[in-house]
Amino acid sequence: MTAASRGPLVLILHQAHYDLLAILRNRQARFFTLILPLPFLVIFTGVFGNHTAHTDGTFVKLKAYYVPGIGALGVIAASFVNLVISITAQREGGILKRRRATPVPAWVLVAGRTLTAVTVSLTVLTVLLAFGRFVYGVKLPTSTLPGIALTAVVGSVTFCVLGYALSTAISNEDSAQPMVQAIMLPLYFISGVFVPNITLPPWLKHVAQVFPVEHLSDGLHHAYIPGVHGVGIVWSDIGVLAIWAAIGLGVALLRFSWLPKAEAG
Amino acid sequence: MEPVVSVHGLRKRYGQFEAVAGIDLEVQRGEIFAFLGPNGAGKTTTVEILEGFRTRTEGEVSVLGVDPAKGDAAWRNRVGAVLQESNAEPGLTVRESLQLYSGYYLHPRDIDETIALVGLEEKADTLGPQLSGGQRRRLDVALGLIGDPELIFLDEPTTGFDPSARRTAWHVIDGLRELGKTVFLTTHYMDEAEQLADRIAVIAGGRIVAEGTPGTLGGRNRMAATIRFTLPEGSGADDLPPELRALLAGEDGRVTMTSDSPLRHVGALADWALARGIDLPDLDVRRPTLEDVYLQLTRSES
Repeated sequence: MTAASRGPLVLILHQAHYDLLAILRNRQARFFTLILPLPFLVIFTGVFGNHTAHTDGTFVKLKAYYVPGIGALGVIAASFVNLVISITAQREGGILKRRRATPVPAWVLVAGRTLTAVTVSLTVLTVLLAFGRFVYGVKLPTSTLPGIALTAVVGSVTFCVLGYALSTAISNEDSAQPMVQAIMLPLYFISGVFVPNITLPPWLKHVAQVFPVEHLSDGLHHAYIPGVHGVGIVWSDIGVLAIWAAIGLGVALLRFSWLPKAEAG
Repeated sequence: MEPVVSVHGLRKRYGQFEAVAGIDLEVQRGEIFAFLGPNGAGKTTTVEILEGFRTRTEGEVSVLGVDPAKGDAAWRNRVGAVLQESNAEPGLTVRESLQLYSGYYLHPRDIDETIALVGLEEKADTLGPQLSGGQRRRLDVALGLIGDPELIFLDEPTTGFDPSARRTAWHVIDGLRELGKTVFLTTHYMDEAEQLADRIAVIAGGRIVAEGTPGTLGGRNRMAATIRFTLPEGSGADDLPPELRALLAGEDGRVTMTSDSPLRHVGALADWALARGIDLPDLDVRRPTLEDVYLQLTRSES
């Protein structure tokens, strides 16, 4: 029995297994996706961790702020950044085209790759939260775990879809890395990842609220607010992420090509 | 029996440019069919239409009884494609790459058997990107074969190979014949087509300019032979008998004659030389090579 003969779900798991293997064996992906978020957490917490900030109507220690904030960065690195770079390289190298010459359905390839990204995202996030808990003593209220999990999964899927959408605008592998960083770095600064957004002028906050990074980081931050009620889900953040996912899906469906740029069209 | 590939009046236009200008092709089951042509002749466009990667402007195309533009998973289970340019799967070994691809198919070939077929047993646990160019291409062929297709497209399978790697690849492709596969091969190496193909079609400027077996393509079997030799000092081409002088095609230290009946003319040349007591140690009679035929066929078009 092959994966294909056992139905699409098994085939998605089959694809995700080999996609994951490829990420774990890629030195660049290992460093930027799996390792780098941790030094970011250590540096930001080391410099600003004992200051306090006012967020969502209450004061929190900044280290309790950076743990979920850098968590958002970890999710984006594993979903968006890593996916755009690998998909662009696979498209230009003819790998996507070769896969499309087989019977595997296109949506299975996309679902398998997305499942891989969600898995890596949740792993990186778990490591960051555990590091925060045991090294910095930043406790996560257990009641809000569902909020963290849902926000992380929705955020990861959204950034995968946006990754597929953005890859259509990138002509080759070499420009993928600078392109994703040029988009993400300013958003990290205005969306409460590197800098507590309380320090931002109101207009910049409004700008940030248009984009999905703010809503991923806000959703994760929310679960860390002491005394938060319920399971910690911020439906408005989930809603905005879902809208971005829908936009990304529309762009990807219209523009995504399995063939190298030079051949498409 | 229904042909495996059948193409009638195929056209592909890009704006004003007509890349494929109305071609007909038929490939029979079990045949190794070579599709030759210079770069930009419409070769890859045609193959990609047959593989289902490109739409066509006009014409009828059937591959294994299915229009490739509507090829579904069931059809893809029966067709293999080795693309012109495709990198190895990053991060996966030869065996893992084949495991990944074999999962896509309903009735794949055995993985170890396929590795052996392309001669990569020693490299089964090497990462794809670490293979040499020739080995990587053989991995491509293995990935195209893993689904056990009835028909396999091989797009320039040996471009950039050194001679010994090409011999190995030819051996692999020749082995497909024994498996009963139909092979649609594109190449611009004449020796490759001559070595492997049962039948050849030449495309130039978007049109089929010749079709035939390697021995008869473009009237090769009827084309004039070339006779060349050097006359010893003291005698010149003018001394030759009139019958041979009429065949002269050039003299640049070496005499060149073209002949439709080489046996008779070489005989006359031998009689003439022996009568004068001279030898022609570099005498050379040559049939036109497939390459000569090909260059003649494609010269005006490219």
